[in-house]
Amino acid sequence: MNNLVILPILLPLFSGVLLFFLRRQIRTQQAITLVATTATLISSLVLIGSISRDGIQILNMGGWEAPYGITLVADMLAALLTATASIVTIACLLYTFHSIGEDRKKFYVYPLLLLLLCGVNGSFLTGDIFNLFVFFEVMLISSYALISLGGGKVQLRETIKYMITNIISSMLFIVAVAYLYSITGTLSMAHLSERVALAGQDGLITTVSLLFLIVFGLKAGLLLFFWLPGSYSAPPAAIAAIFAALLTKVGIYAIMRMFTLIFYHQSDFTHTVLVWMSALTMILGAVGAIAYGDIRRILAYNVIVSVGFVVFGVAVASREALTGAVFYLIHDMLAKALIFILGGVIMSIAGTDRLRDISGLIRFRPTLGWLFFLSALALAGVPPLSGFVGKVMILQGGIAQSYYVMAAIGLLTSLLVLYSVMKIFINSFWGETLLSEGEEKSPGKGYLLPGAMLAALLIGLGLGAETVLTYVGQAVEVMLNPMLYIEAVLPQTGM
Amino acid sequence: METFMTIIAGILFTVGTYLILSKGLVRIILGISLFTHGVHLMLMAVNGLKRGAAPLLGENNDVFTDPVPQALILTSIVISFALTAFSLVLGYRTYVELGTDDLEKLRGEPNE
Repeated sequence: MNNLVILPILLPLFSGVLLFFLRRQIRTQQAITLVATTATLISSLVLIGSISRDGIQILNMGGWEAPYGITLVADMLAALLTATASIVTIACLLYTFHSIGEDRKKFYVYPLLLLLLCGVNGSFLTGDIFNLFVFFEVMLISSYALISLGGGKVQLRETIKYMITNIISSMLFIVAVAYLYSITGTLSMAHLSERVALAGQDGLITTVSLLFLIVFGLKAGLLLFFWLPGSYSAPPAAIAAIFAALLTKVGIYAIMRMFTLIFYHQSDFTHTVLVWMSALTMILGAVGAIAYGDIRRILAYNVIVSVGFVVFGVAVASREALTGAVFYLIHDMLAKALIFILGGVIMSIAGTDRLRDISGLIRFRPTLGWLFFLSALALAGVPPLSGFVGKVMILQGGIAQSYYVMAAIGLLTSLLVLYSVMKIFINSFWGETLLSEGEEKSPGKGYLLPGAMLAALLIGLGLGAETVLTYVGQAVEVMLNPMLYIEAVLPQTGM
Repeated sequence: METFMTIIAGILFTVGTYLILSKGLVRIILGISLFTHGVHLMLMAVNGLKRGAAPLLGENNDVFTDPVPQALILTSIVISFALTAFSLVLGYRTYVELGTDDLEKLRGEPNE
């Protein structure tokens, strides 16, 4: 029992609720939000420390022991992801200070961001499958409000589609939970894992696992990504950045958790489905990324490609591939936030998102240009940046299990990703300078601090991969050996 | 009784799906809420209806009804209530701003 486990959920929740009462004091709101997210980050880091010392930390809510009550389980995977989510939120928050209009700031953008973080962290930390649904909803409801905030025509149109898709997938989530509960009679993930292992994963449970796959695939943008490009292009850049960095990743996390902890017995079947889904996702995402000529859509399709890549690592499920997948997931959260922020800065300076109307920005914006170049390289996985380590490990794992075609697809799509972001770089920074210094639509202020912070982290993550990998290794240990998770949550089973 | 409820849930699913596939925004929102009701009924039906006494210590009985599905349904009803309210407001705003509730017209132009 460790009360620390609940802090990454409680801090954003309480401060978010508090901010609803301070609607007009924008300065105060910003200060409180910054303090709350920093505190969340610190508590996640402390949590990582205590997990690496003493193993998985749990908290039985209200003193009800698992499997009867709801348990919060912080294993290394969850703690690493909460820490990364907090970092990303801080970065996007710093960018909102300058990039988002007064009207949005007055209409609860900060409390909504905090509640979003609460939902994301909750989804990472919960050890109960129905509670996972609840935290998904907390996250999604905040995201509906964040997308539609401002009420522009495009925003309203896209929110409707985004919301309908997500409500239907949430309903399917409940259907899947209902079936699973009627088969196994439990909701605690550890207990589910134990019971499925005991009874064997028969056809019925495998079918339910595919239903879960559809649900999480919809949330993660794995193959079922048709809703993603539209809705991620609607909100302002700072909010799109936080969506790209966090929302799909929660879906990936859920897939990782379900298919390493509970449904890992029929991997011949389920993991083959995962492999095919990830292959199609990568190919279709890369095609989308090179096909479009506006920054928003190119970046949105890049989100899809990386979802496919991480899930490929999960599907291979060897130690190496899983390590790569977790590492790449962390890298991708940071890299996507960075590139969406920088893309947002380019769009606000040029006043358009169409590449053919942007040119020669490097003349007055060298820092922005080089930061964008760096993040493009990081996305494509050029060493020594952090994308490289994850990609190498996933590909090595894949080749070791003789997924040659998949490895080829992975490499090819990384090339296409590089091409698509370089297209943005070349078009918008090279060439004749169209705008003179004073003509820019907006000063594009405030990107430097979050941009530099994220870029430094990407370089640090690449160079210091050795240190990070020891933590990632502990996360993978639990994924490979579900008994560790079960024993931490249900000590009485102790075998 | 379970069979009966399963059939009802099936009918609700069918009608909900039909409505969701239509073009009008109001129909879609109604379809979603019917779909939700179907899910809740199904959650109740697959986990068994009243099988014994209420799950209280005072009830001297050997068999108790499982309260968990009902707790889940209650949570889910609250969430779907909020979602329906939000989607109705959103649908109304969209109608006011864009002047249509036809999803075919909400597709979005490729070059805007």
